[in-house]
Amino acid sequence: MASRTAKDLRCRTKVYPIYVDPCLRFDMRYVDEFRDPELIVKASGEIHRLADSERHYRIMEVCGGHTHAIYRFGLKDILPSNIELIHGPGCPVCVLPMGRIDDGLAVARNGDVIFAAFGDMMRVPGTCGSPLEHKAQGTDVRIVYSPADALQLARKNPDKHVMFFAIGFETTAPSTALTLMRAKAEGVKNFSVFCNHVTIIPAIRAILDSPDMRLDGFIGPGHVSTVIGCRPYEWIARNEGKPVVTSGFEPLDLLQSIVMLLRQLQAGEARVENQYKRVVPWEGNRAALKVMAEVFQLRPYFEWRGLGFISQSALKIRDEYAEWDAEQRFPIPGTRVTDPKAAQCGEVLKGVLKPAQCKLFGKECTPERPIGALMVSTEGSCAAYYNYEHRKAAALVTSISSVA
Amino acid sequence: MCLAIPGKIVELAPDQPHLGTVEVAGVRRKIDLGLLQDDLPVIGDWVLIHVGFAMTRISEKDALEQMNLLAMLGEAEQAMEEVRGYGLEDSKGP
Amino acid sequence: MAHGAGGKASRKLVEGLFAPLLFENSRAPLGDAAHVKIDGSCIAITTDSFVVKPLTFPGGSIGELAVNGTLNDLAVSGARAQSMVVTFVLEEGLPTSVLEGEVRAMAAALQRAGVTMVGGDTKVVERGKADGMYITTTGIGCLMPQVTIDVRSVRPGDKILLSGPIGDHGITILLARGELDLAADLSSDTRCILPLVEAMVEEAGPGIRWMRDPTRGGVATSLNELARDSGFGIVLSEEEIPMRDEVRGACELLGLDPLHIANEGQFLAVVAPEYADAALNALNRTEGGEDALIIGEVQTEPARAVLVTTRYGGSRIVDMLVGDPLPRIC
Repeated sequence: MASRTAKDLRCRTKVYPIYVDPCLRFDMRYVDEFRDPELIVKASGEIHRLADSERHYRIMEVCGGHTHAIYRFGLKDILPSNIELIHGPGCPVCVLPMGRIDDGLAVARNGDVIFAAFGDMMRVPGTCGSPLEHKAQGTDVRIVYSPADALQLARKNPDKHVMFFAIGFETTAPSTALTLMRAKAEGVKNFSVFCNHVTIIPAIRAILDSPDMRLDGFIGPGHVSTVIGCRPYEWIARNEGKPVVTSGFEPLDLLQSIVMLLRQLQAGEARVENQYKRVVPWEGNRAALKVMAEVFQLRPYFEWRGLGFISQSALKIRDEYAEWDAEQRFPIPGTRVTDPKAAQCGEVLKGVLKPAQCKLFGKECTPERPIGALMVSTEGSCAAYYNYEHRKAAALVTSISSVA
Repeated sequence: MCLAIPGKIVELAPDQPHLGTVEVAGVRRKIDLGLLQDDLPVIGDWVLIHVGFAMTRISEKDALEQMNLLAMLGEAEQAMEEVRGYGLEDSKGP
Repeated sequence: MAHGAGGKASRKLVEGLFAPLLFENSRAPLGDAAHVKIDGSCIAITTDSFVVKPLTFPGGSIGELAVNGTLNDLAVSGARAQSMVVTFVLEEGLPTSVLEGEVRAMAAALQRAGVTMVGGDTKVVERGKADGMYITTTGIGCLMPQVTIDVRSVRPGDKILLSGPIGDHGITILLARGELDLAADLSSDTRCILPLVEAMVEEAGPGIRWMRDPTRGGVATSLNELARDSGFGIVLSEEEIPMRDEVRGACELLGLDPLHIANEGQFLAVVAPEYADAALNALNRTEGGEDALIIGEVQTEPARAVLVTTRYGGSRIVDMLVGDPLPRIC
């Protein structure tokens, strides 16, 4: 098997016509070209040029995946100090109330139930421990990459019941919906979904309604937009006067989105623009929206950790699929848990506080012993900041945009 | 909600039209094409994969256009600076 | 489970419980092997347990891991293994053919390394325990006189060498478990690294300060241990870190960081700058070391942390994980 390491790649000839850099791995198409260091330096230069030195820009990236990308690629190091990136609430693990985890695990404690969930959920603490901690005590907990894999577990284990603990925004909901449709069509009876899907627009509305929040513009969700399209953000531009640029997740995507936002702000415009054109269709994915509508309906209200109750913000499984709805098949305690008063998750979630400004950050609350969900989820602002940033010495960073 | 990766369709199952095999840097996985049922991809197409489902088709044309825009960043300004360097403006001197 | 994963929880267990109660000189930094004096001669001794599911996987099996792992721990402490003892904990009902397969694999690995197995023990436990089998190996060997491994000799300016591509073993195991339904042409990198270490010691012995084999917890964990034990910062260059396409693809797909993934046939070395090129050339010239690279260096800042930098000027801290790396979708 060929060993293509950095040394070999230095001698490679160009394959992809867009750019040539023999030192870079090019094997991940549609990824590597958007990590080209020369173009990144150029884009960063353009941002420095465009940013008005008299102005302090507050730009929110809504999506947790963008938060993670910003830290992973060290983008704050190459932005001017007057551009402040504020982390938004688009992290489905972070906004999940602890009580919902308790409820899901209560069902799982039945001997015949297999609790299946994404890896992201495994270390999220409920009041009596996280799914992994429950696994240590004998609960059958499995990590799955896809809801389809959870359904497959059900097919392979006919004497057990597989409950898929579903989380995610509109990016992930269609996949859960399609899986439920397949389960129904095949008549797989030993499968159900505990549905915690939430929708992004109410979260953005809650941010804009917050009196402490002053923002200049939004880096709009990338993958949620592949499903819902760009139209749902138009009210932000029209009614609130803030530009929105839906962005990809590679460094060049994020930097280009910031360029587009700065250009709008400079011209006094407020429009929705689509930077992530190669993947996001303006009208969204009709087939995905259709399967969501077939399987889900909006809950009248749902509790969001840190943001309180928000109406019409979460999905529930329709009665036509009641047999596959864990909340209808099993008794659910309906646990409600209040966060410790000292934990300031809500304010960090809304971007009012920076992670390091929370009194518990780095002391009582660390990734090893997380008190709030923002520290447990790898895309939560607290965990991302703790893991990737907060021990950087100021000396190493050429220009720091915002360090709490 | 956000981890999605571009992959190339390398196999389709004629008896199971909603399933395909995708490859990402040599790693293969079966994925569900149900969300693209209005316009099913063919072998060689690139799709965006999230939790084992194809979310959209990736547009090579849009990707190229974006790369061109990125390559041109700052070039308009550079051209302007060169012009200014000729001292042709009547207001300020070089 | 986190306590066995090699990261922060493991370290807490060792430093917080074992060291104060069991290890005599527990203030000295913990290494891969211990050097003890017997009648004036200094020998190295190490022990390791091997727990892996599935028992066999592309590129190897638990038996091979058990032999190579202990040989490698001795090698990176600057010692040449001579003899080994082994204990087996077997699950009731394990087919004899499976056991035989592992013993053969171990015999082959020992023969390749020129090491003898001089004793052992076997226990059987009830069905449902031991995942088939657990193997523990203990190895002893003589110190290589040309090199002295001591983390206290590490200085800013020292170079960090890596013997080859990372992540092969951990990703192979993850895929072999079958839970994620991913397929790739990838095998474990399990091998005895002693020939590479010897080649490097021959050319650059006096300049070698520290070595480690980045097994569970990956390169990130080993280098974080180095950073904490030395008090310095480790700065790596992202573009220089070698990995196979398939490892990269799997990591991108699952949201894993290759720096946290286990390796079973690689090692890290800290080498004084005036010896670094000689050390690297020695590796590159030796079979199995062609992909060795300098991936970074020791610096004063960020103290006690590991930083990865990119060519465009971005950087990020890389920490030890709490437990095993988990795939994510967010």
